[in-house]
Amino acid sequence: MQDWKQQRSVFAAISAVPLAWLSVFFVIPLGVVWLYSFGRNVGLTEIDISGTFANYARALEPLYLEIFAKSISVAALTTLICLIVGFPVALAITFATPKWRPWLLLAIMLPFWTNLLIRTYALIAVLRTEGYANKSLGWLWDNASGLKALLGFAPLSTWEPLPLLYNNFAVIFGLVYVHLPFMVLPLYAALDRLDKSLIEASLDLGAGHWRTINQIVAPLAAPGILSGVIITFVPALGAYLTPDLMGGTDSQMIANVIERQFKRANDWPFGAALSFLLMYATFILIALQSMRTKKEAG
Amino acid sequence: MSDLAAFQKSLANRRALLKGMGAAAIGISFGGLAGCDSKSESGAKIAGTGEEPKLNFYNWDTYIGETSLDDFKGASGIDVNMSLFATNDELFAKLRAGNPGFDVIVPSNDFVERMVKSDMLIPLDHSKIPNFKNAGETFKDVAYDPGRAHSMPYTWLVLGIGYRKSKVKPAPDSWKVIFDSDQYKGRIALLSEAGDLFRLSAKYLGHSVNNMPPAMIKQIEAMLIKQKPFVKSFHEDNGQDLLLSGEVDLVLEYNGDIAQIMKEDDDIGFVLPKEGSQLNSDNLCIPKGAPHPENAHAFINYLLGAEAGKKITETILYPTPNDAAKALMSDDYRNNPAIFPTAAQLAKCEYAAYNDKLQPLYEEAFTRVRAA
Repeated sequence: MQDWKQQRSVFAAISAVPLAWLSVFFVIPLGVVWLYSFGRNVGLTEIDISGTFANYARALEPLYLEIFAKSISVAALTTLICLIVGFPVALAITFATPKWRPWLLLAIMLPFWTNLLIRTYALIAVLRTEGYANKSLGWLWDNASGLKALLGFAPLSTWEPLPLLYNNFAVIFGLVYVHLPFMVLPLYAALDRLDKSLIEASLDLGAGHWRTINQIVAPLAAPGILSGVIITFVPALGAYLTPDLMGGTDSQMIANVIERQFKRANDWPFGAALSFLLMYATFILIALQSMRTKKEAG
Repeated sequence: MSDLAAFQKSLANRRALLKGMGAAAIGISFGGLAGCDSKSESGAKIAGTGEEPKLNFYNWDTYIGETSLDDFKGASGIDVNMSLFATNDELFAKLRAGNPGFDVIVPSNDFVERMVKSDMLIPLDHSKIPNFKNAGETFKDVAYDPGRAHSMPYTWLVLGIGYRKSKVKPAPDSWKVIFDSDQYKGRIALLSEAGDLFRLSAKYLGHSVNNMPPAMIKQIEAMLIKQKPFVKSFHEDNGQDLLLSGEVDLVLEYNGDIAQIMKEDDDIGFVLPKEGSQLNSDNLCIPKGAPHPENAHAFINYLLGAEAGKKITETILYPTPNDAAKALMSDDYRNNPAIFPTAAQLAKCEYAAYNDKLQPLYEEAFTRVRAA
């Protein structure tokens, strides 16, 4: 393969457009928001960038740190569940026949064709008190109760709908539902490249299925697992629609607080400081991870 | 079936849906404007107002009569290009950095105040809006816009309690049932607007919605933290859906939203609590830098007409401040106590003045309530 250093002009020509695009529409606006985080409101529409750290000081108060901590644990739990559910799914797609594989992948990607908001409303229709989930469970319960009565046992007590919506369970459920494809696709990409003969060798040499997955498949798929974890964790940490629409009274995450600063509170400097704290945290996480990978490689 | 209907209804909710699709809505409105600009260069026709026959109208979703824009075109020859916004914040944010080409906008009362303070609105020429005479007496001069210098009344709303009659007995008459009582534990949904929650709580405590002292914000914060375990959710202005689907039995909502579902379900009621409440009003305004100010005046005048007002009201079912239009409406609408509370009840209601010092305090206190 050719090294880009030998073809500098070609490389520059190809990369100029995306680089310009990124700097005009990403780096510069983000820089402006970064500057806002060192400013304060003067009047209703003006922000004076005075170099103050007051916004960061306020963002580091226990109130906001606790919300950060809660958001991180919600995102971490979401990622963990996605990994546990997504790994077998990715494995199943890898070992499916070539005829089935594109259809299974399509099924994973299909939800992306629908707007997140529509999917969330659909989930609400399933989970609410009078929703499909509770209605089906209630029907099963009543039939079980009737069957017991028929056999001469005492019938079950009356069915109480489960509180599936407007609590923290609903938020985690919604986030897992939305982010599962983000986990499955990188896992599939990693598992697909795996040399299948290694698995056969492991099984031939007497290792069980569990041991093979643990000691052969998982380490080889580690880069895929890692990118799946990051690509799931980062958007889950910044989720605001799901906690807003499906959460209960105590389900706010840090992104909800940030949204309110930019809208109702009209406090852009403080909202900018909160967003950048979130970004710093994400950067540090990714940097630590890449440092570890480098150390292992070197 | 009722589930499906409720689901479709929740999709149609003008605020909730567009809020989430903010990005998409921005795309639509910019696209619309760009198309309008390119056409205007070739258009050589002149409307009766002396301007090219175009108008850019920035409105809430489902907030105009079905044929209003076509009727206006028939009457004046002016083409109205309507784009939609979902929240006042979105409207304000878009005009904050300069008007991208809108002629008529529909901000709520506190945002009229805020935009006047930020010098974002054109003073209206009342001689060009003779239909202003149709407005009800209480809407001719309002505290948020003295002398109606910058705004014309379009609709008004009042916050109250929507409830399910068969489950809530006796009918509530005080804010106490939703702010300070465990009687209907787990069956209450409150609006997730920090400002509205704190102002109405102050009303419950016997204070005005304005000029709240900081000590009272603390007191209300403690009251809401105590109330929180009994509240099922803080809703995004979709309280009518939660009530209609049986998710909760009591919601804090606007009367117009509850009036819409009362048509579908006889078991729904609405009360304006005895302590009084907060009024809101949406207004027609012309932002600074509007490309067609003459057309804008003509359009506002048209919307304030009796017949046009009637057609709008028939579609959106919100209380109308237009007395001439109200007179043309059916008895069903005019005598609906949810849409038109009695004068004695309304006398206890107030508009909330915009206060840029208090708003961040409400927000932070509400963040603490939710984190507690």
